[in-house]
Formats: sequence, structure tokens, C-alpha cells
Amino acid sequence: MQTPLLEMKSITKVFPGVRALDNVNLQVTEGEIHALVGENGAGKSTLMNVLSGIYPYGSYEGDIIYQGEVCKFGRIKDSESKGIVIIHQELALVPYLTIGENMFLGNERGSSLRVDWDETFSKADEILKTVGLYESSRMLVKDIGVGKQQLVEIAKALAKNVKLLILDEPTASLNESDSRKLLDLILQLKQAGMTSILISHKLSEISYVADKITILRDGSTIETLVKGEDDITEGRIVKGMVGRDLVDRFPKREAKIGGVCMEVKDWTVYHPAYEGRRVCDEVNIQLRRGEIVGISGLMGAGRTELAMSIFGKSYGAHISGHLFINGKEVHLHKVKDAIENKLAYVTEDRKSNGLILNAPIRENITMAKMDKISRHQVLDKDLEISVASEYKDKLKTKCASIEQKASSLSGGNQQKVLLSKWMFADPEILILDEPTRGIDVGAKYEIYCIMNQLVAEGKSVLMISSELPEILGMCDRIYVMNEGKIVSELNREDASQEVIMSCILQSSKGA
Amino acid sequence: MTTMKEAVKKNTMLIALAVVMVLFQILIGLAGKGSLFAPSNVSNLINQNAYVVILATGMLLCILTGGNIDLSVGSIVAMIGALAGTLIVNLKLNIYLSILLCLITGILIGMWQGFWIAYVRIPAFIVTLAGMLLWRGVALLILNGLTISPFPEGYLIYFTSFLPNNGSPAFAMTATMLTAVAVCAVFVSMQVLERGKKKRKSYEVEAGGMFAARLVLICAVVLASAYLLGQHKGIPVVLVLLAVIVIAYGYFTSRTVPGRHFYAVGGNEKAAKLSGIDTNRVLFLAYTNMAFLSAVAALTCVARFNSAAPTAGTNYELDAIGACFIGGASAYGGTGTVGGAVIGAIFMGVLNNGMSILGIDANWQKAVKGLVLLAAVIFDVVSKKRSRAS
Repeated sequence: MQTPLLEMKSITKVFPGVRALDNVNLQVTEGEIHALVGENGAGKSTLMNVLSGIYPYGSYEGDIIYQGEVCKFGRIKDSESKGIVIIHQELALVPYLTIGENMFLGNERGSSLRVDWDETFSKADEILKTVGLYESSRMLVKDIGVGKQQLVEIAKALAKNVKLLILDEPTASLNESDSRKLLDLILQLKQAGMTSILISHKLSEISYVADKITILRDGSTIETLVKGEDDITEGRIVKGMVGRDLVDRFPKREAKIGGVCMEVKDWTVYHPAYEGRRVCDEVNIQLRRGEIVGISGLMGAGRTELAMSIFGKSYGAHISGHLFINGKEVHLHKVKDAIENKLAYVTEDRKSNGLILNAPIRENITMAKMDKISRHQVLDKDLEISVASEYKDKLKTKCASIEQKASSLSGGNQQKVLLSKWMFADPEILILDEPTRGIDVGAKYEIYCIMNQLVAEGKSVLMISSELPEILGMCDRIYVMNEGKIVSELNREDASQEVIMSCILQSSKGA
Repeated sequence: MTTMKEAVKKNTMLIALAVVMVLFQILIGLAGKGSLFAPSNVSNLINQNAYVVILATGMLLCILTGGNIDLSVGSIVAMIGALAGTLIVNLKLNIYLSILLCLITGILIGMWQGFWIAYVRIPAFIVTLAGMLLWRGVALLILNGLTISPFPEGYLIYFTSFLPNNGSPAFAMTATMLTAVAVCAVFVSMQVLERGKKKRKSYEVEAGGMFAARLVLICAVVLASAYLLGQHKGIPVVLVLLAVIVIAYGYFTSRTVPGRHFYAVGGNEKAAKLSGIDTNRVLFLAYTNMAFLSAVAALTCVARFNSAAPTAGTNYELDAIGACFIGGASAYGGTGTVGGAVIGAIFMGVLNNGMSILGIDANWQKAVKGLVLLAAVIFDVVSKKRSRAS
């Protein structure tokens, strides 16, 4: 009776330097809700992008079998024409168009030279009712809340005669009651025969709606749990998500920890656009000399925002709280103040916030502290070349020449250039935001060695990471952050993946 | 062989310029209309295109900050020209004071526009479009729609005369050649000293042959130009002004910390900001400076036309923008050099001048210029794509 609607067979997808998916298998039966879980970077979104044709046929290995035939999707339109629709985590609605226009965007009613607006809006209203949204389809999307926008996305999918609906963290930005409504809608659509794939971090939601759960870890399928047959408690799912050994992936280090060098007290930051939304909520953290401290948490927990607001108020509004460096309170209003107080922030997004891709490695390395290579504002280019080469050698950056553009480097080497840039600025405290994101295992190890070397020199490192093994393998102390708050502080000995995960999950429930 | 290839790749625009010059020389010769390199024509070429070089230098800084352009340039030229006419001709104010007032007004206009662009973050396109209308209107108001002329000799001498000049052609020739030799000597000794310094610190230096060839080529061009200018009254004062501006801005962009900031902001504004660069101030400076250089250009233009007209400076912004893009500046910001912009300006100038000598219809001239601009940018984009692919 159960026919597999979709089968993805040994899918392998390689990005330059990273194997994002490695022989992944996924089987989805018609009429079920299939949950896909895994840590950040486990390959969930990549897998769905392969399925929907964002990564076209030919850019990956393996087969997609849908409704019994092998599919070769070259673009999103191809998969949509078969009834596969993906709803991304970031909403893809045009705020200044009406709900109706959005629903039929790219799929307009009438002929291409004569759009039938009457049909558009009446059809839209009809579909909106089935998703339980009783707004006029002539309203502008910007005027409805995020929860309702998510419903519009589903209505938009329904307007395309969707058979397989893929939802990528649909409740990430919704509050409790909106999330519940959305989940009930998915269940209701299931009654009507819809098949869905749900990607989510919120395990309680998954146990609530899912029929089957496939767990991904490091780009491979670990197992598929079936409701009613296997144990699908949260504990069981977490074990599947994180259960891997940590042998020798992290270089050993003898911790020599000194006095407190940075202290953040009652740090509260508001969202720059949404009035009254607290992104960081009375955060208190301490960092000691020679220490690597981790901040763990899910995406959107407010970790990057915390770091950037400390770093010369680069993020947020109405920042309040106290910052002490070496026991003295400091007020850092600009990035320049932060750099002068020997603080460095190495961004998580090296391409858009860190490097000038079009500029040579040399210029990238010296950018944060050009005073060191200039006198009276005049650059000493010879000195610049020699210091850039020095850092290139020190961090073993693989490049033909320091005059090479940063864009020509692999992710791991770009990360080394970014680290060079901030090490050149002579910081005492380095905030590393996802320092090993998107780079391969070998380069990761080298970055860890550099971190160890930095703390051995008496500097301090605050590492933000979504990868639990990395946090556990590298840090002396760990703060767990969730929804803008520090929810737990753990010593290395007390921390484990299960403990951290349950800290996050428990604090989410309480909210 | 590879160094040769690299040299060609690095200097594509310069080579294209040489090719265009030779092409026109041949065409003009065949048509029997004299020579592109006639002494009076070379002198003319410099005077005619001085404003493009000045404006392109300023425009380059704007483009560097992120592909932004300043559309108000032509109108500012007209407005400052009108101010200069009123102060110097109508009010008979002291000439130095008048020049100073014009430059200060230019800076104030730039600060006005720069403030909105940098600190309120109104798109540069819109602010300068508004400026284009506003300053043209002010120019018309000042002049009441009329043209002011002529300017006193005491003013013109600073922009249209020749150096050194005592009226005798023989003296002009000797003095010009001596100046050129002096310039070459200073240039060569500076280059050799720098190379020596680099070698002492065991830094990488270019191959000796290439180094010598480059110096010889540059000196030959300088001496040949001087020889031509010497036959026609000597060195135009404007050329000295241009040299000062180009060297100063070239040095600023390539050798100073604030100059590097312009490239950083254009290359990746977010990264620049997170590196402690005051990105707002960079934008503010770019537009303030642009208006300042527009004022300088206005002073040379009123002198060359010997009049201040309300329609002066029309389409000057487009000449400046075109020169920058032909000279290899990126429309997305972050790349481009003052030298490139100057080559672009000369390129446009030679194109105009050559076609005029050939007697090509003015309407056709415009069409050709449009195509050349497009071709230059297409070439740039396509060659970049190819280098990325390889």
C-alpha cells in the first residue's frame, strides 16, 4: 500500500573544499510528514536544494526518483512543475505586492500579456481560506505579521498544485501560538493527502507532527526513525544527531589561565529595526587571560549580535550594560575604539563582512591596522609586502602570491587571511564567530592550532560556534545562549553534547 | 615572455590609446588634413581636455567608493563659472580673493551634497541629480541668463598662457626642452633610488631589462611631447596645473592610508566598517572633493572660453564618468586608478579631436563616443570573467 513518492539515492554534493553531502539516502512515502533533523551544517538545506533544482542536475551525484521516474531538475521551475515546492527559511515574498499577487508570482492567471486580476484575487481568497487565513488577498504582504506571511507562503505553494511540500524551519521566526497553528495546518493538509518534508531544530514540534524522522550528521544519513516502531523521544533524536567520537580532531593544549581580562555585565541589545525586540537580554559573561571560552547555541540565539554589539556597537540599538577590559570600564562607540582597546572580531561571514574579495591578500591582511605600515598616513608598501608575507607563512596560507585576489582562495585559506588580518591588529581578546564554518577538516585542525597558539601567548579567545564537538573539543568553559539569554555556564568537565542540547531545549520550552 | 604578456595585460588601455593615436594619424594623413601631432594641435588637445582630466580625477574617487557617480559636476562648473564672472568681471574684486572664494564655494557645495549622501544615506544618484538641477538653476539666476565676458588679462594669464614665455620662439623651445630634461632626470633618479632601496632590503624588483625599457619609453614620450610643445609657444600653464593634480591624487590614492580607505569602502563596505574605517567620512570626502575639483575645472573653463555662460559645463559629468570607465575603473567600485582615469580622458580627447580634424559630423562623433565607452566596459567585464574562469 505504501508507495515511495520520492526516493533520493546516494546523493553526493561537493563544494570547493567541502563534502556537503556524502551518499545521502532519503525515502518519503506518499501522504506522510517526514522530518529531517541534524545540526547546523549537517546538510539538510543542501539536500533540499538538490531536490528542488537549485543545485541543478549534474552538479551532484546520485539519483532522484520521484513518482517512479528518475528526475533531472535543471532549475526550480522543473521541480515545481512536478509539484515539489520548497518554502525557505527566509520568506520569499515581495513586501510591496498584495497577497494575491505574491501567491501567483511567476504563475500568473490569464495570459502573459493580459493578467486576469479578478481570477487571481478570487482564487487567492479561496486558497487562503483553506490555510485558515481570513484576510483579503488584496492586502499588502508587508502589512501582515510574520506568522500570516508564513501561511501565505503555504497558500502560494498550494496555488501551484503542490504534491510534495518542503518546509525549511518554518517556525524559526514564529511565536508559540503561530507555530502551533502552522503545525496543525500541516497535519490538516496531510489529512487531505499532502506529503511534506519538514526541516526543524525544534524537536518537540517534530515529535508532534512527524511520521518518520531522518537524521543527518556531517553530510551523511545516520538513520530513519519511524513513529510507532522506534523510540522517537527527544533524547533519542539528540543522540542520533550528535553521537560521534571526538578522537584526535582537536589538538591538545595545556591551559594556563590567568586573571579576568574582559567582563560583560547586564548587556542588553535591541533589534535595530523592530522596536522593543531584545536580541541580547541582560547577558553576563567573563573571559580570562589564556582561556578559550565558547558560546554555544542555535542560529538566531543572539550570539553574533552580542559579539558585534560589544565590538564598537557594530550591531543593534539602545545598547545598555557595562564592558570591562582588564578591570577598567570602557565605552567602545566605534570599531576603531574596539581595535585600540585590543579587541578583534572575526566575522562568521568572511565573504560579505570580512574580506575584500576583489583586493589582494596583502591589502586584506593590513586593513584593520594600517597605522602599523604607515608613517604620517603615508603607506610603506615595502613594509606592507613583508608583513603580509610573514603572516602568510605563519598561518601557512596556501597561495601563489600575496598579490593574488582573496576571491581566488579556498574557504579555509580565506579564513586564514581573515585571521591574519585580525592577528596583525595585535589584539589581546579575539572573538571568533564560527571560525571553521564551511571549511574542510584539515583546515579546521590548522585553525584550532592557531587558536591554541594564541592563548599560549596569553591572549584570550571567545569562540562562537554552532558545532557542538568543536565547542567541547576546544573550550575551557562554555556559555549556552538561547533566545538572547545566557541560559547556562558549563565547565569543560561538566559539558557534553546532550547536556548542551537539553539546556537549549529546556529554555525554549520555558519561553 | 610571461613578463612581456603581463606588461601588455597591465597596460591594455595605454596600448589601445597608442593604437588609436596611430590610427588617427594615418587617417588624417591619408585625408591630407595635416597631422594629429601638429604642435599647435597637441597644445590645443591639452587645453581642450584639461577639464576632463580634472573632473575625471575627482569622479574616480566617487566611483571607487562603490560605483557611485556625481551627476552635478557640469552644473557646478557653470555655477562656479558664473560666480567667478560676477566677482572678477562685474565686481572687479581682487583676482586671488575671487579664486579663493570660488574654491571655498565649491567645497561648501560638496559638503552639502556629501552630507546627504554620507550621513543621511540618500543615494548619491539622487542627491547629485538634484544638485544637477539646483546648481544649474543657481547659475542661471546669478547670470540672469546672460553671458559675462571678457575676463581681465590678469586672470587669464594664470590659465591660458604658456611657460616659459618671453615671446621668442627659440627661447620657448630651449626652455621647454630643458624643463623636460629636468623632469626626466628627476623621474629617473627617483625610480632608480627606489629600486636600489628595494634591492637593499631584498624585496622583489622587476627585471632590469623591463625597468630600463619602461624608463626609456616614458622619457621618450615626455621629451617628444616637449619638443612638439616647444614649437608652439611652450608649456601651457594648464599642463602644470594638471600635473600637480594628477600627481597629488595619484599619490593620495596609491600611497596613503586615507587613499586605501576609498578602495576598501568600494571593495566591501561592511568589511571596511568592521575594520574600523569611517565609511561615512570616506563618502563625505569623495563628494566634497568632487565639487572642489569641479570648481577648479570651472576656473580653467571660464579662462579658456574667456566668458562665463549659463550653459557652460553641459554634459561635463558624462565626459568625466566616461573617462573613468574607459580607464578601467569598476562600475561596482573598489578598483581603478588615477592614471587610468587620465588615460581614459586623453583617449576621449584624442577621439574627439581626431574626428573633428577628419571633419566627421558632430552627431556621428557622439554616436562613436557612445559605442567606444560601451566597448571599453564590455572588454573590461568580459576579460575579468575569463580570468576568473581560468
